[in-house]
Amino acid sequence: MTVVLNQSFTGISIGAVLLLIALGLTLTFGQMGVINMAHGEFIMAGAYTTYVLQKSISGAGLSLLVALPVAFLVAGAMGALLEWLLIRRLYTRPLDTLLVTWGVSLMLQQLARDIFGAPNVQTAAPDLLTENIPVGGAITLANNRLFILGLALLCVLGLTIVLRLTPLGRRIRAVVQNRDLAEVSGIATGRVDRMTFFIGSGLAGVAGVALTLVGPIGPTMGTNYIVDAFLVVVVGGIGQLKGSVITAFVLGVLQSVLEYSTTVSVAKVVVLVAIVAFLQWRPQGLYTLRTRSLA
Amino acid sequence: MSGLSISRRGLLAGASALGAGAALTACGAKTGSTEASGSGAKADTSGDTVKVGLLNSLSGTMAISEVTVHNALLLAVKEINAAGGVLGKKLKPISQDGASDWPTFAEKAEALITDDKVVATFGCWTSASRKAVKPVFERYKSLLFYPVQYEGLEQSPYIFYIGATTNQQIVPALDYLKKQGLTRLYLVGSDYVFPRTANKIIKAYAKAKGMTVVGEDYAPLGSTEFSTIVNKVKDAGADAVFNTLNGDSNVAFFKEYKSAGLTAKSLPVLSVSIAEEEVKSIGTQYLEGQLTAWNYYETTPGAANTTFVKAYQAAYGKDKPTSDPMEAAYISVYLWKDMVEKAGSFDVAKVKAASGGIELDAPEGRVTVDGATQHVYKTARIGKVGADGLIEEVWNSGKPIKPDPYLKGYSWASGLS
Repeated sequence: MTVVLNQSFTGISIGAVLLLIALGLTLTFGQMGVINMAHGEFIMAGAYTTYVLQKSISGAGLSLLVALPVAFLVAGAMGALLEWLLIRRLYTRPLDTLLVTWGVSLMLQQLARDIFGAPNVQTAAPDLLTENIPVGGAITLANNRLFILGLALLCVLGLTIVLRLTPLGRRIRAVVQNRDLAEVSGIATGRVDRMTFFIGSGLAGVAGVALTLVGPIGPTMGTNYIVDAFLVVVVGGIGQLKGSVITAFVLGVLQSVLEYSTTVSVAKVVVLVAIVAFLQWRPQGLYTLRTRSLA
Repeated sequence: MSGLSISRRGLLAGASALGAGAALTACGAKTGSTEASGSGAKADTSGDTVKVGLLNSLSGTMAISEVTVHNALLLAVKEINAAGGVLGKKLKPISQDGASDWPTFAEKAEALITDDKVVATFGCWTSASRKAVKPVFERYKSLLFYPVQYEGLEQSPYIFYIGATTNQQIVPALDYLKKQGLTRLYLVGSDYVFPRTANKIIKAYAKAKGMTVVGEDYAPLGSTEFSTIVNKVKDAGADAVFNTLNGDSNVAFFKEYKSAGLTAKSLPVLSVSIAEEEVKSIGTQYLEGQLTAWNYYETTPGAANTTFVKAYQAAYGKDKPTSDPMEAAYISVYLWKDMVEKAGSFDVAKVKAASGGIELDAPEGRVTVDGATQHVYKTARIGKVGADGLIEEVWNSGKPIKPDPYLKGYSWASGLS
């Protein structure tokens, strides 16, 4: 029983990490159809932001709190810049966005290497987040994982509010569903695109801050996560926030339970096979966007 | 917009583009070096200077560790030159960057031997890079001095192994754990040659000596998700963890270890790939009290070490720690110098013949070259990470241990290969 509870918590915490890294992609890939291979590098930018802030602000706790909004802005600005420089010229050619952003991702990795050096770096977590809460018996809830879980849920909540309740959210949804109609209704679609990209990339930056709590920061850290992020978005159903949330947690729990009963590599293989099987059965993913278009 | 339906195909294309990228990287490094068959590359000893090759990863994922080794090699060369050189000739170091990429190591090794005509080469770190350059040094009959502890079970006539082999590090570490009554071990390692081989040896030892291996897990190199492995460790009822993780995975592992509430007191971890440099970058708060097994620490007592640490910090900065592989690299140049002077020649065959019995009062204590295996007698040391980030010795073998790369002297190890 202890094992089941412990592994469930572990699975949920892996799911929270998956959700955080996939959340931004749900917007940029899911809503806008841009295959942004540089998403992982926005995660990296967020992580390095934490590192830089920790160097200049004393107190790991304070610098972490400051890092969250700053990383959102830094990664968001990088995303908006990328959109303005390159992606807006490629909206009709989704496959080209893949190649272009992959090139950008390689350049950003090299840039990070030049600025911060090739060796990976670490940040110190605030003492509070290196502790854990014992919940009777052998069950412990690690504080850093709880923090990440809270952060992920907060981001989902924030994103839902923005998309559902704000004028910007309404415009984003309008552009996604019918760009031409939105345009003739007086929505500045270009600006909406840039804002969508800003938010999506900013969320990647927040994910980067969270990842500094569990591992090292390096130029290639984003590539470790980019495939997982795409998997979550595709399995969840492209553009479906709800789908991404459920998929992230299901994959997390599945991964942790399998890993416990087998080995790391076997668990990875089984999860991938399960995903392939699932997509055979439901190619459109868990949820689909109902539109009138024939796409 | 119409992008929605095409996106999934786009994703697949993305995946294959990534695959193609990996393939390109793999072929980019040409394998032609193995085809060349000129063994006539003679070292050039005609001038006032002779060239020595320094082959380390100065970029890429291994740079963090290998740059320090490179620094230590340069320091030794500088000191030897200041003292008059070798056989009256000054040494000219030629640095090549292996770039953490094994085919590149092979290429650069060949360039050092055939283009620069070096008299000897010092370097490599991972077993993969050593395995990649081994045939090159053997084909050209040129010498490599290798400075890092490794998994043993290898012997090349053209490599001198200056780091520990398993019976000088892993076996003493197991002896130590057994003596402490820590007999139920959990093995955690990175998924590649060194940890897999090391764990094979550990399991054979455990079986023969009444220890129990209660679990064994491997994470891919560079993996940063350790929550489940740490849960398994916690549930397995182990007395200690034997850690053969390499590189950055240690950061994630020890962060997870601490947040799961495990400590050096409740469940000690003995690591064989974490030295002073790594302790500093992982963070002392995660490692304090944990155990390591090496042959040298910055805190090892003795005049030779005081001199070494002082010289290193004078050259590279007061806050720079020294570590076991750096020390081995540093003494490897001196050992080579002594071999050459004993032989009275730079000729490889003569240097090899002269190598047996060469002794040195090294920072780690007395070392002696074993001519038969081309390994070195070394003292094993178990250390504990202190609050200051340095490692304090808690046990040593008392005298240098004879190298036994194939563990022939251990009956329990028969059948390992």
